[in-house]
Amino acid sequence: MNDPALNPAAAENRAQRTRRLVEQSLRRRYRAERRFRAYGIMAVALGLCFVGFLFSSIISTGWTVFQQSYLRLDVSYAADVIDPDGSGDLETIGNADYSGLIKAAMRKQFPDVEGRGNLRDLYRLASDGGQFDLRERVLRDPDLVGKSETLWVLADDRVDLYMKGRIDRELGEDVRGLTDQELGWIDRLVADDRLEKRFNRSFFSNGDSREPEQAGVWGAVVGTFLTLALTLLLSFPIGVAAAVYLEEFAAKNRATDFIEVNINNLAAVPSIVFGLLGLAVFIQLFGLPRSAPLVGGLVLTLMTLPTIIIASRAALKGVPPSIREAALGMGASEVQTVMHHVLPLAMPGMLTGAIIGMARALGESAPLLMIGMVAFIVDIPHGFTDPATVLPVQVYLWADSPERAFLERTSGAILVLLGFLLIMNATAVILRQKFERRW
Amino acid sequence: MATVPSDMARRTGGSLPDGGVQLDRSESAHRTVGDITAKNPVLVCRSVNVFYGDKHAIRDVNLDIAHNQVISMIGPSGCGKSTFLRCLNRLNDTIPTAKVTGSISLDGQDIYDKRQDPVQLRARVGMVFQKPNPFPKSVYENVAYGPRIHGLAGDRTELDEIVQTSLQRAGLWAEVKDRLDAPGTALSGGQQQRLCIARTIAVNPEVILMDEPCSALDPIATARIEDLIDELQQNYAICIVTHSMQQAARVSQRTAYFHLGDLIEVGSTDQIFTNPRHKLTEDYITGRFG
Amino acid sequence: MQTSTLVLVLLILAAVAYRAGRMRSLALVGGLKGASKLHSRPGYYGLLTALWCAIPALLVLGLWHAFDGRIVTDLVIGGMSAEVQALTPDQLSLVLNDVRNLVAGAIPAEMASPEARAAAARYVELQSLSGLAAAALCLSLALAAGAFVWLRISPSLRARNNVETIVRVALIGCSTIAIFTTIGIVISVLFESIRFFRQVPVTEFLFGLQWSPQMAIRADQVGSSGAFGAVPLFTGTLLIAGIAMLVAVPVGLFAAIYLAEYARRRVRAVIKPMLEVLAGIPTVVYGFFAALVVGPLLRETGESLGLAVASESALAAGLVMGIMIIPFVSSLADDMITAVPQSMRDGSYGLGATQSETIRRVVFPAALPGIVGGVLLAISRAIGETMIVVMAAGLGANLTANPLEAVTTVTTQIVTLLVGDQEFDSPKTLAAFALGLVLFLATLSLNIIALQVVRRYREQYE
Repeated sequence: MNDPALNPAAAENRAQRTRRLVEQSLRRRYRAERRFRAYGIMAVALGLCFVGFLFSSIISTGWTVFQQSYLRLDVSYAADVIDPDGSGDLETIGNADYSGLIKAAMRKQFPDVEGRGNLRDLYRLASDGGQFDLRERVLRDPDLVGKSETLWVLADDRVDLYMKGRIDRELGEDVRGLTDQELGWIDRLVADDRLEKRFNRSFFSNGDSREPEQAGVWGAVVGTFLTLALTLLLSFPIGVAAAVYLEEFAAKNRATDFIEVNINNLAAVPSIVFGLLGLAVFIQLFGLPRSAPLVGGLVLTLMTLPTIIIASRAALKGVPPSIREAALGMGASEVQTVMHHVLPLAMPGMLTGAIIGMARALGESAPLLMIGMVAFIVDIPHGFTDPATVLPVQVYLWADSPERAFLERTSGAILVLLGFLLIMNATAVILRQKFERRW
Repeated sequence: MATVPSDMARRTGGSLPDGGVQLDRSESAHRTVGDITAKNPVLVCRSVNVFYGDKHAIRDVNLDIAHNQVISMIGPSGCGKSTFLRCLNRLNDTIPTAKVTGSISLDGQDIYDKRQDPVQLRARVGMVFQKPNPFPKSVYENVAYGPRIHGLAGDRTELDEIVQTSLQRAGLWAEVKDRLDAPGTALSGGQQQRLCIARTIAVNPEVILMDEPCSALDPIATARIEDLIDELQQNYAICIVTHSMQQAARVSQRTAYFHLGDLIEVGSTDQIFTNPRHKLTEDYITGRFG
Repeated sequence: MQTSTLVLVLLILAAVAYRAGRMRSLALVGGLKGASKLHSRPGYYGLLTALWCAIPALLVLGLWHAFDGRIVTDLVIGGMSAEVQALTPDQLSLVLNDVRNLVAGAIPAEMASPEARAAAARYVELQSLSGLAAAALCLSLALAAGAFVWLRISPSLRARNNVETIVRVALIGCSTIAIFTTIGIVISVLFESIRFFRQVPVTEFLFGLQWSPQMAIRADQVGSSGAFGAVPLFTGTLLIAGIAMLVAVPVGLFAAIYLAEYARRRVRAVIKPMLEVLAGIPTVVYGFFAALVVGPLLRETGESLGLAVASESALAAGLVMGIMIIPFVSSLADDMITAVPQSMRDGSYGLGATQSETIRRVVFPAALPGIVGGVLLAISRAIGETMIVVMAAGLGANLTANPLEAVTTVTTQIVTLLVGDQEFDSPKTLAAFALGLVLFLATLSLNIIALQVVRRYREQYE
């Protein structure tokens, strides 16, 4: 050991040198440390900002959808208009000119307005949709014919925009979409307490419409419900069965590996490709109807299956082998062991996975565009083969509409959609916390 | 696993699962038997206490660690020897719930002082871990890591030189000089541990802490590491935690015996192993528990 | 008979079969007291009978429904005049549409031609005939299969084993659906693509620089053959995905590093779910956000800076897509970073490295393979993302690398080509499937590589 490097004095010197150099480097290194940490904080802050910005812009444009402007009109159900021959025949009553009644009520409100053009402008303050309300009232209670009552009827979307402060009075007539004369009428109506914002019933009970003030989400909600019900009904049992087979029975061989690769890959295939599959197989090959929740449900089933299978397998993995051994030791067959012991214990985890899969399916729209669920559908769907649309597609349709008033509807529909998502995710979280069991 | 251990503890009447013996744990800490001081000390520890949350892991330990000497720390598992070791280079700082009181001074300066920088401290007090933990980089980069971050080498040739001498001193040069670019994880377990030692000495520390450095190695690799410790002792203060009493007897000049967070006895290795003064030390040495 | 009624009847039959099977097994051994003489519990005999009764009938019913529509249609066409049969497939489908509408009552009978009316009548007749035939076939099959098993019941029949075999076969069937889905995807896009490539050469599609699929209506019209060079689509897709990754990777990665290494447990517990909210938002919401908030915002900002920013700029779509992918990157990176063993960090701290040095030089390189896998998955997702680009990207196929201009993407074009009324077999419709094939292959290879990388990485530290 005569290597000078191993001489204690040299070692002492080297240690001194290290101390000196490290001390010199410290300031620079701590600056780098702070900088790096700042990047991290910035990234997190940026992410949170995005969340905040997204929600604030949607909520600020969408929250007003819960209210809508209504006109209070004294409508007289003139017998000569509704039921001229007095027969009480429902078909005659159903075909009567109810929009004429509203026009008459408007004229009565503003007796001083004259001239064809002016009158037409006046009538346009009320929505076209009011007549359907009147018709429904009379059909429900034909005794109303000949009487009159004071009613809140839908106002036009431009009036509504003005009432919600989205039209600036100071702008020029052509820009703001309301003439000075119309503004004057609106002012008079407001002063008479005949125009105010009330809870927006039609948004939550109507289907789609070309007129923003009449457009509602109910049709899309029902369509979503039908589609998702079918998806859940198909994907949950199939997904659980597949997971049970792969986790409990399947031998580890090439075939199983191949299935696994397929499942993992399908979970990452773009959703639009499932739409192409649905179009080519379900619609073109099997001849199922377009735009129907039936096909939508099938496509979403194929799409959510991988998610549910993966989650269910994780839940099955969580059941300790000792449970299986105990059951097998009692003389239960493999199938009995799984059905009686393993499956019930894994069920909460599987349900959580199913809800998360459903939440994803709820937000999906691209594959549904492919199978024609983008059609303009006014009627509320009643069955799996009726043409229907779903909430996210409704959002897409409205976002494309040029009328300004649809902006609010779009955000409103998004809020409804997010509300459903929130409920589903909260259910999943509660389910997980309530049934989570650590072995 | 939340409920099972407590059930088991209840069933076995409260004794610890690993068979450790219950010590009468009075409020005051145990007074260490033997001479805790050393000539030419580099680290001086006085009334060191360590808490992990509510758990009092180390109780009032006083100990000197001397230059150019190997001190081994022995004791049953869970006795706090590794915890104590990790106090010496403030590696416990990385555990949020850990709290250390008392004083540990390195060359007269308290390492838990606010002015003491943990980065600099760890450059001076290096550490080798229980399981070889080479970084997922090449052999060269593993050794060059310390010099690089601390800026110890001015240029590439200097760095090459540091890497070479470190590997030589760790006795690994001959085996790896042709594959410096191979990943460090591709070496055998014993080689990996020597690589970790080379990595540590590349920074030129004053003290090397070794936390059961041979527990994951086979006997031949262990013998090589022990020889290496013998050589390194000329230049460094070495503090080794070990499970094996034979190893402690082979490599160290001083031995400290820990039991349930207390430092029971310190003395020269010969004395501890031939003539222990405390009953617990004797019981441990003679294999009554372990 | 309605299908739903038929299914209901079959289920009732199955329930009856269950009782019958159970009773018979008990009767054979003299009631419940003799049940121990049976090979299986009596319920299994019932179950076996019920399964045999229901399953074959339901399968046949399903198959029948999958194909009866086509057969009926073919028969209807076969019954129409030679004139109609000579029509091209496009025109034929129009005629058929008329007939179907007539049947559904969507157009009044007076408006249709006598021939269509006759065809409609025939259609209705055939349909009801088909329904009756299906009902008769299914019910007799159910009864026959049920009776067959019922007669075979004996104390030594291994009913439980038989039932379990059926269960296992059903389970296997369910787990192979994933394979059939993949095959279905491949076949459906491949066949249509092949038909497309018969009309448009593959080389033109893959390397052509012009994309304008709107076909002229008359063959003699100028520019009657639409251009199907998909290169502008590929570059557009890559441009938008690239912008998205430029946003998502740094932000996601640094957020993951901060949350995994620096943030205290409580901060992490609050912030992590908040960031993951971004992953749960439907893509259509992002599309809305990109088209109506970010797009106009960028254009106005550009105007004030004197830059011409298209209102459907690639930047807007890319930025918002990046936001969408942030949680995807960050949660994957988080997984990978926490999978790096603590001993690596200890080794680095033990040498005196600062926390950022440890992260940059040890933790990050160690996690890199996994992170790369995650980023590949993120790219695959960005390429396949549809709603954001449909709503916020343009339709014009510009070959440009300028993020301020409007570009179009593969997914946008698929949607544009297929939404609305399509003519069958026109290159325009088929082109969508060819694009789908490209998209599927691209994402498939990215996914397989990424999943492989991630799996290897996980194995390394397990």
